[in-house]
Amino acid sequence: MKLYCLSGHPTLPCNVLKFKSTTIMLDCGLDMTSTLNFLPLPLVQSPRLSNLPGWSLKDGNAFLDKELKECSGHVFVDSVPEFCLPETELIDLSTVDVILISNYHCMMALPYITEHTGFTGTVYATEPTVQIGRLLMEELVNFIERVPKAQSASLWKNKDIQRLLPSPLKDAVEVSTWRRCYTMQEVNSALSKIQLVGYSQKIELFGAVQVTPLSSGYALGSSNWIIQSHYEKVSYVSGSSLLTTHPQPMDQASLKNSDVLVLTGLTQIPTANPDGMVGEFCSNLALTVRNGGNVLVPCYPSGVIYDLLECLYQYIDSAGLSNIPFYFISPVANSSLEFSQIFAEWLCHNKQSKVYLPEPPFPHAELIQTNKLKHYPSIHGDFSNDFKQPCVVFTGHPSLRFGDVVHFMELWGKSSLNTVIFTEPDFSYLEALAPYQPLAMKCIYCPIDTRLNFIQVSKLLKEVQPLHVVCPEQYTQPPPAQSHRMDLMIDCQPPAMSYRRADVLALPFKRRYEKIEIMPELADSLVPMEIKPGISLATVSAVLHTKDNKHVLQPPPRPTQPTSGKKRKQRVSEDIPDCQVLKPLLSGSIPVEQFVQTLEKHGFSDIKVEDTAKGHIVLLQEAETLIQIEEDSTHIICDNDEMLRVRLRDLVLKFLQKF
Amino acid sequence: PPTLRIEGKLGAGQDVGRSCILVSIAGKNVMLDCGMHMGFNDDRRFPDFSYITQNGRLTDFLDCVIISHFHLDHCGALPYFSEMVGYDGPIYMTHPTQAICPILLEDYRKIAVDKKGEANFFTSQMIKDCMKKVVAVHLHQTVQVDDELEIKAYYAGHVLGAAMFQIKVGSESVVYTGDYNMTPDRHLGAAWIDKCRPNLLITESTYATTIRDSKRCRERDFLKKVHETVERGGKVLIPVFALGRAQELCILLETFWERMNLKVPIYFSTGLTEKANHYYKLFITWTNQKIRKTFVQRNMFEFKHIKAFDRAFADNPGPMVVFATPGMLHAGQSLQIFRKWAGNEKNMVIMPGYCVQGTVGHKILSGQRKLEMEGRQVLEVKMQVEYMSFSAHADAKGIMQLVGQAEPERVLLVHGEAKKMEFLRQKIEQEFRVSCYMPANGETVTLPTSPSIPVGISLGLLKREMAQGLLPEAKKPRLLHGTLIMKDSSFRLVSSEQALKELGLAEHQLRFTCRVHLQDTRKEQETALRVYSHLKSTLKDHCVQHLPDGSVTVESILIQAAAHSEDPGTKVLLVSWTYQDEELGSFLTALLKKGLPQAPS
Repeated sequence: MKLYCLSGHPTLPCNVLKFKSTTIMLDCGLDMTSTLNFLPLPLVQSPRLSNLPGWSLKDGNAFLDKELKECSGHVFVDSVPEFCLPETELIDLSTVDVILISNYHCMMALPYITEHTGFTGTVYATEPTVQIGRLLMEELVNFIERVPKAQSASLWKNKDIQRLLPSPLKDAVEVSTWRRCYTMQEVNSALSKIQLVGYSQKIELFGAVQVTPLSSGYALGSSNWIIQSHYEKVSYVSGSSLLTTHPQPMDQASLKNSDVLVLTGLTQIPTANPDGMVGEFCSNLALTVRNGGNVLVPCYPSGVIYDLLECLYQYIDSAGLSNIPFYFISPVANSSLEFSQIFAEWLCHNKQSKVYLPEPPFPHAELIQTNKLKHYPSIHGDFSNDFKQPCVVFTGHPSLRFGDVVHFMELWGKSSLNTVIFTEPDFSYLEALAPYQPLAMKCIYCPIDTRLNFIQVSKLLKEVQPLHVVCPEQYTQPPPAQSHRMDLMIDCQPPAMSYRRADVLALPFKRRYEKIEIMPELADSLVPMEIKPGISLATVSAVLHTKDNKHVLQPPPRPTQPTSGKKRKQRVSEDIPDCQVLKPLLSGSIPVEQFVQTLEKHGFSDIKVEDTAKGHIVLLQEAETLIQIEEDSTHIICDNDEMLRVRLRDLVLKFLQKF
Repeated sequence: PPTLRIEGKLGAGQDVGRSCILVSIAGKNVMLDCGMHMGFNDDRRFPDFSYITQNGRLTDFLDCVIISHFHLDHCGALPYFSEMVGYDGPIYMTHPTQAICPILLEDYRKIAVDKKGEANFFTSQMIKDCMKKVVAVHLHQTVQVDDELEIKAYYAGHVLGAAMFQIKVGSESVVYTGDYNMTPDRHLGAAWIDKCRPNLLITESTYATTIRDSKRCRERDFLKKVHETVERGGKVLIPVFALGRAQELCILLETFWERMNLKVPIYFSTGLTEKANHYYKLFITWTNQKIRKTFVQRNMFEFKHIKAFDRAFADNPGPMVVFATPGMLHAGQSLQIFRKWAGNEKNMVIMPGYCVQGTVGHKILSGQRKLEMEGRQVLEVKMQVEYMSFSAHADAKGIMQLVGQAEPERVLLVHGEAKKMEFLRQKIEQEFRVSCYMPANGETVTLPTSPSIPVGISLGLLKREMAQGLLPEAKKPRLLHGTLIMKDSSFRLVSSEQALKELGLAEHQLRFTCRVHLQDTRKEQETALRVYSHLKSTLKDHCVQHLPDGSVTVESILIQAAAHSEDPGTKVLLVSWTYQDEELGSFLTALLKKGLPQAPS
């Protein structure tokens, strides 16, 4: 069993597990941090961005000035943004049988895999994962397609040229494999390959393997996966949370007794406490608005935004913000808000019981009803009429490279009254802000990452006790910026096996058993005997049938009686015994005295017993037959008197056990 | 011997009145549904739970209770059962059922206690306490009730949240359908189950003989009748249950009114309406694909033309359409309106679902036009009475379809009428060649099962066998030899060598050596060579070798030639084998005793 590691990003994993006869892809995350190297795509013509100076080499050579622009000492690629795909060369992806998705953030590379690698398998994901994943993809495609960019830069990717570029462009990995965004058509085709599953549903793959999604507590419909046969179990933990937010709590108990636990998607901000961050978010928001400034919250259209809106719902009246408009701008804003209300079964208990009343589970329904929260597909259209300042705007994309957020950064960046609050942990906020420098607006960093931290991981591992842990190498050492923090890494015994992009790990499995079914007729014919107290044995001779990876033992065929009607002279070859009809093994020892008594009872008279170094020789003088008896062996030496030999054999067997 | 026992004593069987079935499978006892009979007002209304166990608590006897959907003939006796008779174990149902069930129970309790003044009925608090024992299940989730018993829900259509359940213990399983429909309607999808091959499929058979015409025809028919009645100034009463058919018919009328630009008022009678529609909005993932896909743009459960009904409206002049609960005209608002409107031949009552015996609905559908009401009053029915089968049960075709999907070993029909069930039984037996049962109400069915036994086989043994099974000469089925080690409840099949090793036992080797005398004057080496060529040509399928030391082997059997101590014209062949090669060894000595063929000179 092997693990092919196609992504180096610990929270956007893509691994392929070869398990028994199946090839299973675990997640296909898309690393979007690559877009930070590109210039933002403005919705409205931005003179500032279009007038940035071209970048030239130290020697003044300016042949790259069309592709690379400089802004406040940073160099950006002026081109359609591109994403860093999982490895596609490490393993033939057309051989992947199934793809298991753990949450909607970890499926963003799906169209690249299902549409361009010859993939013909099935994708499994929960309904909320698919619906919200679709919204995220739709938003992404929309953001990129509505700002068509003529230029697609490629010169800078040349290895010899890339070497000459300043950091971080110089150090960007695998730039030749970076790809532009997919189309909606590819998204739809990819999503059509998904089969919906529910938590704790057992899905059989080719009769050999069973996969089961478990609630992971991180997002609506987010799952960890169990991949198991009857005797082996791999747990795939990806993006889990033990905090009580809106999703159903994490199912930990089902992860117990794993041979291997693959651990990915831990918190990206291990030192920040999500609760504290939410508090800071609210107070900074209130402070800005009270001073007449606007607040910009770059965010994804689903996920933490539901929790933030819920906090604000409780907070705005007490903070005196009732008259401040909240805007949520995204091509999928309406869908996201609507979808959040219909997944009652995937929510935490509190929200579930609201649905039973029946009331919408999330209070943003009330915020919308009372006009405190308004949502728009984009800044164009209705929004421009309704737009009032000061206000709070939730909009994407958190990378600040595309989407309506670019417009607000340009609009509000010059005033120190305004504040941008970063809550999404996926992008370094300093890098995200780089192309907007110099900036007057306040920047607050309140990353909210509810995924497991290292304390929780160590508790979890103690609880579920896997034999082996496999994780990205980033988790086996302290973060580079906090190299003294030995507590910010996974500590387990035996030490975790770590992987990096393009690694192939042999998983430490010792498969020893396989399930087989004994048919009832065969089971009835078995004769168990008790060997030791509580342990019984039965010898089995049966016909093995294997079909669809399932093994069944059936009774042996009855020996066919030679037909007496036709007295055909049988040829010798037909009498030759089948060498596969093996006799059982024997065990035990023969007590000489009792054996001799038995012989006498059966009519043998002239018996003579001689002692030898290792045992005895029993002589039947008249029959010229000799039986050597030792602790672990018996040897019958006789003339060719088959009748006698068989009689002696059966007498010996009486003292032995068959296996 | 392992058996599967179906206790029909509680209800179901050949009756559409109330469902309650006890299944005993591999030592586990599961109660399926806990319905009440709408036609009775006395003891016969609830199942007689003393059948389950005479002595001892129900909680000790039953491993779990499963409720298929929120209709009262499937869950109406639940608070009585859990709170008044006493049951504290788990009760499983889907989320929508868990949400809606207590509301219908409370509704029903109010009619029974507040309006009819019945005593000794369950209270509101009992409904609440009963619902605390409920564990909600997701579709397709495998719920582990205990270490051995697992259940799994499948989508059944029929009403919001309706589910079929698979009950499984080891390799034995039963599927119980509850009520289901196999064709999607305007708001729900079609029932679906995978090829789970249960030992037994227990299916409802309400419409066992009906093969209904296309849904579209029935809908057109319905709209035509409603339209004609209101056109001539008549009033239309449609008795429904607050949830289920009501929503489907509302969608139907809403779109028709929209299209035809009609102004005649449509009312929905119960306080539940708003709430009921809200449930549909929040559980939209349980509706059909079309509604689910478009709900963000347009929520089908927000009606423009359908307004809340006030009791005073019933006396308004002019045409109107009223949806009123309950659906069988046995009590409540629908019955009140019916009494007001029954005398006018311009009016119409459309019964869109099945009515159980004893209800007013059943009486007027069977043609009765003079009804004896409370206080010896006689009500003459002049209004038109129409029956439209909108209730979402599978018809004969649908039932056959489900049997085909699940591929059960046997089928058991419940929840139908005896004559119709007989017809379906024959059809199922003919088409699928499986036994089909239809127990009477109160009958117990016991079915033997023969589960196979799962054991762990050591990979070494399995691989060895499979490798040999792949050899080209494996025409005959190969025999696998091994030792089954049974320790506690773990069963492992290992090679005999491994079994000995694991148990710390030494192998005892039993060896035979036979002396065969041959007339041969040649030297021993030459005799050995002759033996070799003879065996080589005779035993084509065996490995025969002539070793450098002059001995001959056939597989692991050793043959050596020696000179006779007294007679130089005789050679002695020593044939030696172990007990494991008994057959071949014995065969070889017999063969050699016959002598060697003359060497060609």
